[in-house]
Amino acid sequence: MDNTCISPDERSEKFLRKLKDRNIDVQACYQCGRCSSGCPVGDFFDINVMEAVRLAAYGQEEKLLNSHTIWLCAACETCATRCPNEIEIAGLMDVLRELALRRGIAPAEPRIPLFHQAMLGSIRSWGRAWEIGMIGNYKIRSGDLMGDMRLGLSMFMKGKLKLLPHSIKAKSEVKEIFAGKGKEYDR
Amino acid sequence: MKLSYYPGCSLEGTALDYDRSVRDVCRALDIDLLEIPDWNCCGASSAHMTDHEIGMRLPIRNLLLAAEIGCDILVPCAACYQRLKAADKALRTDPGFWDVARFSGDFQIVHISSFLARPEILAAIEARVIRNLADLPIACYYGCLSLRNPRVTDAPRWEMPTTLESIVAAIGARPVAWSHRTECCSGSLTMARPDISEKLVGDIVRAAKRAGATAMVTDCPMCQANVESRQPAVEGVGDMPVFFVTELIEAAMSGTYPSKQQRAHLVPPGVLTGIFSASTMKKEGPA
Ligand code: SF4
Ligand code: SF4
Repeated sequence: MDNTCISPDERSEKFLRKLKDRNIDVQACYQCGRCSSGCPVGDFFDINVMEAVRLAAYGQEEKLLNSHTIWLCAACETCATRCPNEIEIAGLMDVLRELALRRGIAPAEPRIPLFHQAMLGSIRSWGRAWEIGMIGNYKIRSGDLMGDMRLGLSMFMKGKLKLLPHSIKAKSEVKEIFAGKGKEYDR
Repeated sequence: MKLSYYPGCSLEGTALDYDRSVRDVCRALDIDLLEIPDWNCCGASSAHMTDHEIGMRLPIRNLLLAAEIGCDILVPCAACYQRLKAADKALRTDPGFWDVARFSGDFQIVHISSFLARPEILAAIEARVIRNLADLPIACYYGCLSLRNPRVTDAPRWEMPTTLESIVAAIGARPVAWSHRTECCSGSLTMARPDISEKLVGDIVRAAKRAGATAMVTDCPMCQANVESRQPAVEGVGDMPVFFVTELIEAAMSGTYPSKQQRAHLVPPGVLTGIFSASTMKKEGPA
C-alpha cells in the first residue's frame, strides 16, 4: 500500500455495524499473516488480505471499495479457513463488493463485476445459468469480443454449450428474489 | 437407495459429460436419483459475491423443494454444494429471517465424492470393476468449494482430504502424493482475468507433473473446465487431462471408455484410452 496514512475521521461506523451484523469480527485480527500467505491470488492484489482486514477494522471503507483486491478475490475461502481467529474474511470481501456496487463506485477491475452481472442476468431471465447468453452479454458489455474465441468455439463443437436456454417453470419466484425480496428491511 | 439429485447449471452445460457419468454410475449401483423438480441455479459464486440476499435465497428455494421429497440430496458440483450448505445452515439457524415458517428437514446435503467414498459404496464399486486402471499415476484434485469453508461445508479433512484417493485406488489407479490438491483454479475469474487463471492452472499442472502424475481427477466442474481449458496458453503444460471421478468409475465398471466421453475433453485423454485399448488389462469380473 502506498498510502497507509489513515485517520479516525474517515472511519465508517455504518460499515463497521454492517460487518457486525454479518458476524465478521475483523477486530479479532492480530495480524499473523496466515490469510495473506495462503491466498492464491495475492500476487495480483493491491491491498493484501491481512491489510484489508486491518483496514476494515479501522472502518476504512473508501480505500477498500476502490481497491483491485475486492474484485480479484476468487472467493476460495482459504483465508477464512486458515485464520486462527475464524474471521470470515471471504465474507468481508462479499460485503465490500456488494457495497461497492450498491454505491456505484467505479470498480478498479471493471470486467469482473460485468461478468458477475452477466451471470446474474442469465439467472434472472431463465432461473438457470445459460452460458452462451451469459458469455454474449459479458462480451458485448466488456468489449472483450475476441478473447477466448477459439476456446468458446471448441467448447461449442464439443456440445458443451447449449444453443438454447432452459427456462424453469416458476420464473416468477426467481424474479421476486431478484426484485429485492428481503431488502425491504435494508440489510 | 433413493437420493434427491441437484445437478446444477454446469452439469447441464459445460460439464454435461459429468452429469451423464454420475447418472450412469448411480444406475449401476442401484441408486435412484430423484432430480429436484424445477430446481433453479444456486447463484454460483456471482450471486453471493455481489448480493448476499440473492445469494442465499436462490439456494433456499432449492432446499425447500428438496424438503418436500425428504431424501438426502446428492450434489456433484462443488460450488453448488457449498451454496446449498450455506443456505441450509442459515435456514436452520433462523428460518424466519428468510421468510420460511419452519425448516426441520432431517435430510443431508451430500457431495459426490464423500458419498462414493463411503465404505459400503466403495465396496460395491470395487466388486463391479471389470477393468482396472492399470496403476495409472493420477493426481487427485479437490479445489476449494467442497472443502472450504469447513464451518459451512462440514468437510472432515479440509486440508488433507482423502475421498478421491480412496475412490481411484478402488478402481486400480495409483494416487500420487502432491502439493496442490486443494489449491484454487481461479474459479469464475477465468472469464475476466484469463491471465490469473493461466498462472494458477500452470502451477497446479506443474505440481501434478512433478509428482509423476499423467492425469488428474476431480469432483468439481469448474476445476475440470479451468484446468483443461487454460493449459494450452501455459508453457510446458498442455497434455494433462482432467477426468471426472465418476467418468473413471464408469469406465472401470463397464470396461469401456466410450468415444463420446473422450470427445468431451479439451485435452486429449490418451492415457485412459490407452489403458482401455490394451487387451492385457482385463481383470476378473464379479463372481
Ligand atoms: S489470518 Fe486472521 S488473524 Fe491472521 S492476519 Fe489474517 S485475518 Fe488476521
Ligand atoms: S477468499 Fe479471496 S482473499 Fe481469501 S484467500 Fe481466497 S482469493 Fe484470497
